[in-house]
Amino acid sequence: MKPIRTLALATSVMALATAALADTKIGMITTLSGGGAGLGVDVRDGFMLAIDNAERDDIEVVIEDDQRKPDVAVQTSDRMIQSEKVDIMTGIIWSNLAMAVIPSAVAQGVFYLSPNAGPSALAGERCHENYFNVAWQNDNLHEAAGAYANDAGFENTFILAPNYPAGQDALTGFKRMYEGELADEIYTKLGQTDYAAELAQIRASGADSVFFFLPGGMGISFLKQYADSGVDLPVVGPAFSFDQGILQAVGEAALGVKNTSQWSKDLDNAANVAFVEAFQEEYGRLPSLYASQGYDTANLILSALEKADVSDKDAFRAALREADFDSVRGDFRFGNNHHPIQDIYVREVIKEGDVYTNKIVATGLEDHADAYASECKM
Amino acid sequence: MSLILIIEQILNGLQFGVMLFLMAAGLTLVFGVMGLINLAHGSLYMVGAFAAAAVAGATGSFVLALIASLAAAAAAGAIVELVVIRRLYARDHLDQVLATFALILIFSEGTRWLFGSFPLFLEVPRYLSGPVTLPGGIQYPLYRLAMIVIGLLIAAGLFWLIARTRIGIQIRAGECDREMIAALGVDISKLYTLVFALGAALAGLAGALVGAIQSVQVGMGEPVLILAFVVIVIGGIGSIKGALVGALLVGLTDTLGGVFLPRFFELFLAPASATSVGASLASMLIYILMAAVLLVRPLGLYGGRT
Repeated sequence: MKPIRTLALATSVMALATAALADTKIGMITTLSGGGAGLGVDVRDGFMLAIDNAERDDIEVVIEDDQRKPDVAVQTSDRMIQSEKVDIMTGIIWSNLAMAVIPSAVAQGVFYLSPNAGPSALAGERCHENYFNVAWQNDNLHEAAGAYANDAGFENTFILAPNYPAGQDALTGFKRMYEGELADEIYTKLGQTDYAAELAQIRASGADSVFFFLPGGMGISFLKQYADSGVDLPVVGPAFSFDQGILQAVGEAALGVKNTSQWSKDLDNAANVAFVEAFQEEYGRLPSLYASQGYDTANLILSALEKADVSDKDAFRAALREADFDSVRGDFRFGNNHHPIQDIYVREVIKEGDVYTNKIVATGLEDHADAYASECKM
Repeated sequence: MSLILIIEQILNGLQFGVMLFLMAAGLTLVFGVMGLINLAHGSLYMVGAFAAAAVAGATGSFVLALIASLAAAAAAGAIVELVVIRRLYARDHLDQVLATFALILIFSEGTRWLFGSFPLFLEVPRYLSGPVTLPGGIQYPLYRLAMIVIGLLIAAGLFWLIARTRIGIQIRAGECDREMIAALGVDISKLYTLVFALGAALAGLAGALVGAIQSVQVGMGEPVLILAFVVIVIGGIGSIKGALVGALLVGLTDTLGGVFLPRFFELFLAPASATSVGASLASMLIYILMAAVLLVRPLGLYGGRT
């Protein structure tokens, strides 16, 4: 035990030494092991690409794995704030982890910039001056899917999502915009991988279309089984089941499916073209939605650091609020609750050579703000 | 709610149950014969799925992929038994749980290190894809029917192995009294390795079969593992027959409960709350079933030993 303790002491002394060198210290807690690691790896890679490109030697990034466990995330964030003295935190993917970490982090005076999770609870009454969301409020992509369902003339949609807060946010978001009838509304188990029962219900329901929010592996399973079931209705969903990381695992079953996203790799602006090219060159794969969010988060921090020192909290906060950076998604600004106001696009899954990817086919919602902004007194 | 839908859901429950049986069979043998709690059984399921995805990707053949899943999981099982598990038989259950939990972490991160963080692709072969029309006009995916058939064939094979072959006699004898059969000249450690590899191979096959319609990713085995434990507790530890009956019970309860409970609550609740109450209760249903079975038969349905 003794040598280990000595070693730990030595590392923390070294950490302190480097902390003295860097002016700005960023703590990233994200999911880098287990089933959800693909998302965290993408956020980290996108983030580090922007930081490395900036070539600043006064920024230090500390990266830790949360194993997708709220308790691990809380412990890590306490350590980062109290002993490593980070100025800015970022990285969390999952809303339940975000709820466990963000309120206490911002209360301790640290800036938190979310590259993914946007739980409704933190967008409304419990918004905080030090909390910025650079991705979306959880409901946003689902709202765009609801708007798209109207445009596509769906009149009797079957909707399903897992039975947990983000799943309920999803169906709420969809219904907020969708004007047609609901053939049925189903909550599946979180982590469910077999959808035979739901598919039989869809077939029997007489629906004319399907909306689903099933992130990660759940979505892969659903789409493969959907294609195999003989049910042949149009499908729409948020980008989470159609991102670059999992499309290859779904394969042909996803072709032609419409999904909503604030970003796509074919968005034609200079920042995005440069990002897609640099990401491919650096990591040898196409960037995903999550990578774009990590990249934007880093660029937002860099843009604010140009204007203000992080130790001057008020000036730095004002600089963040200006969002004076070239977002890869095009126009981007913050609303009063520090959540994005942005366009959300409708994408279609296509095949380019051997690779499944997305292309934009329409704009779902323009300059869209979230529904909770008015509850935020800021 | 039409009759067709009900029959289709029963088929779904059957298919789920049969896959659970493949997982639970190995688990119950290992627990029954060696008295070992193996939490890493789900990792062997994952190993099977990843081996199948890798081989299917390289060769394009689903049959080869299934063979690879059997071979890889059996090999992984045998190695794990020889290197780690062997040292645990004499220890108490807590040590076994700790050691096999460590194996889960090693398998998960090892797989991630080998194959990367993103899910792999494995698809249903062309000749098994798409739905078929059953008598009565029921449309049902051919692949799921094939899974039911394969699972039942394996169940029949296992019964034959346990009841009619020399190995089976030794396994049953080992379950009753391991010192005695060692004294009779049976190489007990070889037998243990064999049983462990057999259980691992079945889990690997289940992983590959299920992987084709679900996602092949790190950590895919753990949710199934929990259900498999429920199955062997319901069926009675060490009993293959119990594992089959338990698996079918759990499969049917889980599937039918998830479909019909929300409908049932709609009779006297508002639709929105009926959906969420029904869904919540449905996910508890198999544990309620387990508790009910244990109340009536504390050793499980077919658990004879005290």
